[in-house]
Amino acid sequence: MILDIILSGLINGSVYALLAIGFSLIFGVARIVNIAHTAFYMLAAYCIYYGTHKLGLNPALSMLAAIIPVILIGLISYKLFIDPIREHEAAVLIATIALAMAMQEIMLLIFTGDFLGVPHLVKGYRMVFGVKIAYQQLLTFAAALLVLALVWALLFKTRVGLAIRSTAQDREVANLMGMNDSRVAMITMGVSVGLAAFTGAVIAPLAIVNPFMWMHPLIMMMAVVVLGGMGSIKGSFVGAYILGFAEALVVFLIPMGAFLKGSVALSIMIVVLLIRPEGLFGVAFEEER
Amino acid sequence: MGILGFYLRKLYTVFKGEVLVLPSRVIVLLFFLVLIFLPVVTQDPYLLRILILTSIFAILAASWDLLSGFTGQMNFGHALFFGVGAYTAALLNLHAHIPPWGSVPLGGLAAVLAGLIIGIPCLRLKGTYLALTTLAFPIILMGIVFAIPDVTGGELGVSGLARLSGSRLTDYYITVALMLGLSTIMWKITTSHTGIIFHAIREDEVAVRTAGINTTRYKLLAFSLSGFFAGISGGLYAHFMRIAGPANLEVSMSFTVVIWAIFGGVATIYGPIGAVFILFPLLEFLHFWPEYRMLMFALIILLTLLYMPNGLLPWVRNKIEKECPRCKIRNVATRSACRVCTAALD
Repeated sequence: MILDIILSGLINGSVYALLAIGFSLIFGVARIVNIAHTAFYMLAAYCIYYGTHKLGLNPALSMLAAIIPVILIGLISYKLFIDPIREHEAAVLIATIALAMAMQEIMLLIFTGDFLGVPHLVKGYRMVFGVKIAYQQLLTFAAALLVLALVWALLFKTRVGLAIRSTAQDREVANLMGMNDSRVAMITMGVSVGLAAFTGAVIAPLAIVNPFMWMHPLIMMMAVVVLGGMGSIKGSFVGAYILGFAEALVVFLIPMGAFLKGSVALSIMIVVLLIRPEGLFGVAFEEER
Repeated sequence: MGILGFYLRKLYTVFKGEVLVLPSRVIVLLFFLVLIFLPVVTQDPYLLRILILTSIFAILAASWDLLSGFTGQMNFGHALFFGVGAYTAALLNLHAHIPPWGSVPLGGLAAVLAGLIIGIPCLRLKGTYLALTTLAFPIILMGIVFAIPDVTGGELGVSGLARLSGSRLTDYYITVALMLGLSTIMWKITTSHTGIIFHAIREDEVAVRTAGINTTRYKLLAFSLSGFFAGISGGLYAHFMRIAGPANLEVSMSFTVVIWAIFGGVATIYGPIGAVFILFPLLEFLHFWPEYRMLMFALIILLTLLYMPNGLLPWVRNKIEKECPRCKIRNVATRSACRVCTAALD
């Protein structure tokens, strides 16, 4: 039981952390509340399904191959639908909602609403204290941690990362310092969608692939971002594990817990916000000028 | 007789000078007349059903605009008010046997309570934080609904409610009259003193507070007012469909309201109403291609936004009318001089 909770908490937490960091990156740089973020995650899961079942590719290969088309789709839809109306915040908001809906419907048309599965990358499992731990679960967790480390390195060790962070801090001054605002936004969009796609890729073998799989992670991701503090990578990381574990605890300990898992996690978020309105590690953003 | 004739002539002059001069006012007048006299022409039950649902959702979209469009308090959880209104009306009707004319307003009051409960903690948050937090409340309520199936019927919802009235036609007149009446009230609120303060809170909250206005109180007022209207629409929906289910609380419900309101143009009240009257029947019309329905809907919204990022109705209004540069009075686009101060219009 305890091991179950820890395992499921760790995996959920890593997935939420990856999603939340991508979401808060693009929010920080371009002030876009990207509702379609988890739709890209769904898209990646479908790409893997297509790769393994229809093209007969090796699962590992199709996982890597899934990320590239999703990034391309993300960048194209950003250029076509979001970029022209970036000045109008409200319009961007519903444009991303409509985008997510469109992707969901296209997936419904192509793959129908059936629940699909993707084969595990590595077969086999190990029994630890009577709990079955599939190697795939460990692999997912390890891959998530690795990518989190890579994102951290990208943001804090490279010049691109510096540009992203400074644009997030103050767009005008970053522009004055010679950073091309729209190019940084474009790169960030690529990184952000890439993170979503990667998350979809690593979670696909453990999840049920269907066109509505983006709804629950979307809500949890937003809760994580708010809980951890908008624009704070550390906050997203900590918040994701808090909510991931809360979800796991509720599911395993409370009868009817599966219905309440969203409620409890979101209630935690609201309680934290009541005490600290800017989130756990919130960096209070400067008012927009 | 003489005095009556005088008033009639005066009424006609006012009508000609105030309503007929502007195409937007003529359109609003026609909208009222068409809705009121439509059953004279046709009583097709399917058409009436669509218009009833459209009217109910128009109230909902306008109430979102009252809160989020005017005060700028982005609410992503508007389904909460709708769901609370629907469930309260349903439970009161089923267990306390309160007829619809009592349960619907009580549903509205319950939604006001919900507005206060979420308004008080949420007032500490701003902008995107607020939007993402409000998204959580209907989901929390949905979890509770699922967890106590004995009271709420769980997944199936509360069904078997009393009808709104005996016939489809009476239903139509009740909902349309309520929609027109409540929208007028909402529009009046937004043009009143309170409405100006709402506008100002969106533009610059600090400045409003500096002017000695208790913004917290006004934001709570906006939450309660919006909750009340949304709750009424929820109650009407429950009584018309004769069921209040968890679908009323879903995330997609909240998103749909946001789509309607922003598509029509925020901070206008008439915008969201117009948008619902365009988009909802459109969605029904797309029923002929069931599998492409939502896709077409999403694409229409995406493409419209590319050209009209401020919303559809304000765009149309700016095409058919222009504002006088000197006295700020609106004129028909075809005029070359202002109708009041005769300044040249560009």
